[in-house]
Amino acid sequence: MPTSTVGAQTPAKASEPASAPDPARIARRRRLTQWGFVAPAVVFMLLFFGYPLVRNVVMSFQDYTPKTFFTGEAPFNGADNWSNVFQDALFGKALWHTLVFTAGSLLGQFCIGLALAVFFSRRFPLNGVLRSLILLPWLVPMVVSGIVWRRILDQDTGVLNSFLDTLGIGGHTPWLTSPEMALLSVILVNIWIGIPFNMVILYGGLQEIPKELHEAAALDGASAWRTFRSVTLPMLRPVVTVVLVLGFMSTVKILDLILALTDGGPADATQTLGTLTYQNSFVQLDFGAGAVVGNVLILISAVFAVFYLRANRTEGK
Amino acid sequence: MASHTPTASRRRWGSTVAGVLILCVMLFPLYWMLNTALQPDSGLLQVDPVPGSLDFSGFSKAISDQGGHLLTSLAVSLGAVAICLAISAPAAYGLARFGLRGSRTIVFGTLITQMVPGIVIANALYNSYVDLGLVNSYFGLMLADASLGIPFSIVLMRSFMVSIPGEVIEAAQIDGAGPVRTFVRVVLPMSRNSLITSGLFAFLFSWSDFMFALTLNTTDEVKPITLGIYQYIGAHVGDWGSVMAASVLSAVPAAILLVLAQKYIAAGITGGSVK
Repeated sequence: MPTSTVGAQTPAKASEPASAPDPARIARRRRLTQWGFVAPAVVFMLLFFGYPLVRNVVMSFQDYTPKTFFTGEAPFNGADNWSNVFQDALFGKALWHTLVFTAGSLLGQFCIGLALAVFFSRRFPLNGVLRSLILLPWLVPMVVSGIVWRRILDQDTGVLNSFLDTLGIGGHTPWLTSPEMALLSVILVNIWIGIPFNMVILYGGLQEIPKELHEAAALDGASAWRTFRSVTLPMLRPVVTVVLVLGFMSTVKILDLILALTDGGPADATQTLGTLTYQNSFVQLDFGAGAVVGNVLILISAVFAVFYLRANRTEGK
Repeated sequence: MASHTPTASRRRWGSTVAGVLILCVMLFPLYWMLNTALQPDSGLLQVDPVPGSLDFSGFSKAISDQGGHLLTSLAVSLGAVAICLAISAPAAYGLARFGLRGSRTIVFGTLITQMVPGIVIANALYNSYVDLGLVNSYFGLMLADASLGIPFSIVLMRSFMVSIPGEVIEAAQIDGAGPVRTFVRVVLPMSRNSLITSGLFAFLFSWSDFMFALTLNTTDEVKPITLGIYQYIGAHVGDWGSVMAASVLSAVPAAILLVLAQKYIAAGITGGSVK
């Protein structure tokens, strides 16, 4: 461990014939210099992560109105924001959409990502080139991907509907403009966005599994599917946990994609906790209500943070 | 063994064909972005599968409308990278080497920060930014965007710096170099790959940021390309050619950077995880 190397070298240094009179003072000064390396990062993270977390809780008990920005006054109003938000039917809807969006996205991204990872674990010509080209969508900002898909999914002039028309199935589907379809469409686009990430991490996990295990299974006469289920999947479990938890973290808070595709509509059909926080705070300028929804979002993330840390700990063993 | 027989080789090329098909499906949206960009004035019509003749008027319009926002993105992202590296490189070294009390807690906290939803940060930050006069300022947006890269960079560089042999650092100290000198003259040059990797990811995070751009700016003074394109479709729904051209342009700097720095990324990532 890094600590031990430093620890071993400290006494060696101290035992040198020091010309300085006060070793305690030198040690203190040394510590101060060392903390000087770390302190800016700690301060930055306290300001940009710690402070917002605390401030958000305080704000959820304050009354913000557009007037606040002129007067600077945001009086405390007890639990009013909380009860207002919870009584609003939109909150329940947004919570439900968030869960459906997150679960659907994760399931799709993971299954397709795993299938591709297994596929690319085979040896075939051009494997490496194709595998790295699949990462290209990563270069496009998510909001831009959303806009490109908005064009593709357009009901009358989008290429998806004209393609389906040619095949004679569906066609003229209102992907983004009907409340019934919009959430599904947003999930499908997010699955597309998440596949490369899932594929890369799972591919890495697959490479770590010792080849002998598969050979042994083959010698025992296990079918490919049986080998996959009884050897590959169990060995892959730690990586699977990490992929799913990281995927959850990034999906549950998505804002750009939904704003670019549907702006939360139609008829709030794609409103999630993330977009609702934005709407409350930056469109209605009711930061108190926005803070309430934001806190709920943090709470949900925190539950999964616990999962993540436990997964990390068991992996570290 | 059996891989040299003709059937096996044919099967392997069969996988290549399947791989190409998968790639075509996955990359179709990017192709469509380029295709639409090259067929302007087709906004309200269906787009041809292949551009009949290349028309770059969408690009020239995109550059005249959005070129400034591209420069804004570039300036903000470079600033964010500078802030990110200046803060996280020393911290990574300190956390990797000094054995300070509380190091573990700090590393743990760094992991936790990656779980805080951005919109929650923006929510609280906006009000402080108003008080501090950082709304609509380049510096304010650079700081906020740096927060996207800092935790990632600390974790990445720390895992690299842990692997620097202790003898190298001790040798520098025996030569009389203090911690700062050792860091600048020995540690930073040795960590070049992980610095480039961190900087690259910090750039990508900042370049694709939309949320801080949307929430921390109330005027058009500081408008990165992501916000520019988003507002573009609001105003020009009929003109998909230029919207898509702007989208293509938004991917170009990141692509150039990745091609140029490819070997550093691979080296940085493997150096960080394998050793």
